Amino acid sequence: MDFRFNEQELAFQREVEDFIKRELPADWTERSIYWPGGYGTLAELEEVDPIIEQFTRKLAEKGWLTISWPKEYGGAGRSHIEQAIFHERMSYYRVRGGEVATLIGGPTILHFGSDEMKKEWLPKIARGEVRFWLAYSEPNAGSDLASIQTRAVEDGDDLIINGQKIWSTAAHAAHYAWMIVRTDPDAPPHKGITLLIVDNKSLGVTIRPLTNICGFHSFNEVFFDNVRVPKKNIVGEKNKGWYYVMVALDFERLVIPMGGFKRTFEEIAQYAREAKLNGRPLSQEPLLRNKLAQIAIEIEVAYMFFWQTAWMLDRGLVPNIEASVLKLVTTELSQKLANLGMQVLGHYGPLERNSKWAPLGGRVCTGYLDCISALVGAGTSEIQRNIIAMRGLGLPRS
Amino acid sequence: MNLGLSEEQEMLKTSARDFLQKEFPKKLVRQLDESETGYSPELWRKMAELGWMGLVFPEKYGGSGGSFLDLIVLLEEMGYNILPGPFFSTVVLGGLTILSAGNEEQRNEFLPRIASGDRILTLALTEPSARYDAAAINTRATTSNGNYVINGTKLFVPDANVADYILCVTRTKEEQNPEDGITVFLVDAKSPGIECTLLKTLARDKQCEIVFDNVGVPQNNILGKPDQGWTIIKDTLQKATVAKCAEMVGSAQAALEMAVQYAKERVQFNRPIGSFQAIQHYCANMVTDVDGARFITYKAAWKVSEGLPAALDVAIAKAWTGEACSRVTLLAHQIFGAIGFTMDHDLHLYYRRAKAGEIMFGDSDTQRAIVARELGL
Ligand SMILES: Cc1cc2nc3c(=O)[nH]c(=O)nc-3n(C[C@H](O)[C@H](O)[C@H](O)COP(=O)(O)OP(=O)(O)OC[C@H]3O[C@@H](n4cnc5c(N)ncnc54)[C@H](O)[C@@H]3O)c2cc1C
Repeated sequence: MDFRFNEQELAFQREVEDFIKRELPADWTERSIYWPGGYGTLAELEEVDPIIEQFTRKLAEKGWLTISWPKEYGGAGRSHIEQAIFHERMSYYRVRGGEVATLIGGPTILHFGSDEMKKEWLPKIARGEVRFWLAYSEPNAGSDLASIQTRAVEDGDDLIINGQKIWSTAAHAAHYAWMIVRTDPDAPPHKGITLLIVDNKSLGVTIRPLTNICGFHSFNEVFFDNVRVPKKNIVGEKNKGWYYVMVALDFERLVIPMGGFKRTFEEIAQYAREAKLNGRPLSQEPLLRNKLAQIAIEIEVAYMFFWQTAWMLDRGLVPNIEASVLKLVTTELSQKLANLGMQVLGHYGPLERNSKWAPLGGRVCTGYLDCISALVGAGTSEIQRNIIAMRGLGLPRS
Repeated sequence: MNLGLSEEQEMLKTSARDFLQKEFPKKLVRQLDESETGYSPELWRKMAELGWMGLVFPEKYGGSGGSFLDLIVLLEEMGYNILPGPFFSTVVLGGLTILSAGNEEQRNEFLPRIASGDRILTLALTEPSARYDAAAINTRATTSNGNYVINGTKLFVPDANVADYILCVTRTKEEQNPEDGITVFLVDAKSPGIECTLLKTLARDKQCEIVFDNVGVPQNNILGKPDQGWTIIKDTLQKATVAKCAEMVGSAQAALEMAVQYAKERVQFNRPIGSFQAIQHYCANMVTDVDGARFITYKAAWKVSEGLPAALDVAIAKAWTGEACSRVTLLAHQIFGAIGFTMDHDLHLYYRRAKAGEIMFGDSDTQRAIVARELGL
């Protein structure tokens, strides 16, 4: 065992850190309102920020959007630990280092896509030219994802899709839907689902914005009315989509802004050092000290789950239960961190960003709203616990 | 022992619920939340006509002579319907304070006008230190030609943007004991030198910064005795703290009902999600939290209403209710899933208010410190 980074990892970490400091505006971490573990305040969703666009292009040039991918598909051919190092640093500076295509769709294609599909999609994903959005949930298919109703029927070389998706994060800012549809209505629910890639520009796709409780247009409802998709856009085999999506969900649950937790905690702790209570720093108050320490402990534990999953990937395994644990632990931590922030800031906590007197750019106030989102998105906490108990520990189904 | 509401209180509760549900649909609540003023003058008048503003004032001041407990019943219903507006500031922070500490002239001047809906009040207590103790009062009032001049900054003052009068808590003397040397003034909100800035908050509860820059106030506008104002404020804080609990209980009850209803209706895996044990346990936790909060709030309110010593009970009520209501609204969100994360859904209005209430008048840690002190620890 060795908990230290090796020489190469250390050098890479420095390189990433230098790059971020050089390429991002100095006030970026102040401007970005991204709350760790939240799904509703990704800054680039509001409007595609030109700074982020340019930054992403530079990341792509270095192959850093797809660090662990093989070089032949435009990756950097590095380890998953190095990829995790990258995301840890990026999130520390409140900037995202990837999106659905690089983090979820691409890795799934690497596992299950045909050679043709890999050649067609992976290089352009790695170059940052195409962004995906997740078209899984429907109004009546949330936790029970296998009950999706959106239908696709074959017509020559195409599939024709009819139905509706919802909670489609960033559909308006992406180019393609990474989508599941029902292709065999007579088979058991899990055996009639197909995974495919659908161009947003296809005729019959309508994207309608939804505003989340933070006040952001982060997600959408998307309607499909006789949308034609070439069969070559099917990922893997027809009717096997459910199994691929289970793996894609594992990839999704690994997308944890670990450094963001650390950064936000540091800011709250710093505030507690500077704020005074009866002439003493707030951080000297025994009760508050205790709470700050507790969250610091939980962040350290969360880091362990984070590095563990990266290490598993380097050994050729896809974290499954581990992905659920990581997602569960960190999203609940996001909620606790928001509560801690609220408590430390006291009356100042509920001041919104742009309000006079709002400390820490109003991030805690927004975070207190956004921290609910991740307890639900990417599979609710209850579903994660079900997975851990039943799939992980073999407990019987109720 | 009798732990129930009286017949009149039941009637008040029912009529308040009906009126609020009819007159303040959630669409209007949202509009008011987003508006600058946070209230509708027309509906304010209707509430006055129902006798709500004067509920606890004696008849000779234009009120209906109700008890503090009656007010608690009304506030719980206001919480249930998440009513925005300056009722709390005007009646609890302003009216009750003048009723208990004002001289006859001041009562005659203010209470009938409050009761008729013609005057909006608030209390300017907290400052940038955001604390509720006497040591935190740094806004100065100094004498000048028999009158007073106020200088300082008050922060987190509710509804000051629409108030006609501000009860301003000032320091008039430096004493060994910070509780000495505090004077409360009735300040005309339109006095020259007052600058009020509306802050944008989580619960849209119209908190303000007020800067007092050489604001002149006549000596007659002192509430109670000069330099002895802290006892007035302590009394008001106690009432306000229980009153806030009552509001919070009401809104937590509403969030609980919404969530339970949804758990019965929403189907996933071919069954209502309320049939999953995880969801059942959440609902059980929620109802336990809300009922506990209601009972303990009623007890504290009853003590206040009877004029009994209530410091311990009020702190217990707030310590429990503050955290309980935040827990309840968070669990409600968990039960609603993604739909509850949309701006169009009403649940977040409750979630926001729960946190605001938890912080107001001291969070649960602060209250537990009072509990420990009252227990002689
Ligand atoms: C901010 C945000 C972003 C999202 N982005 C996307 C996206 O980009 N693409 C996409 O496809 N989807 C997205 N989603 C949708 C997300 O995947 C679903 O919200 C989630 O799967 C839950 O579904 P639901 O909201 O319908 O809740 P429901 O499934 O209706 O659940 C309601 C409640 O019942 C509980 N429950 C359900 N089944 C069980 C069970 N078996 N045991 C115990 N409890 C249970 C749930 O845990 C929850 O508490 C997003 C959601 C959010 C909040």
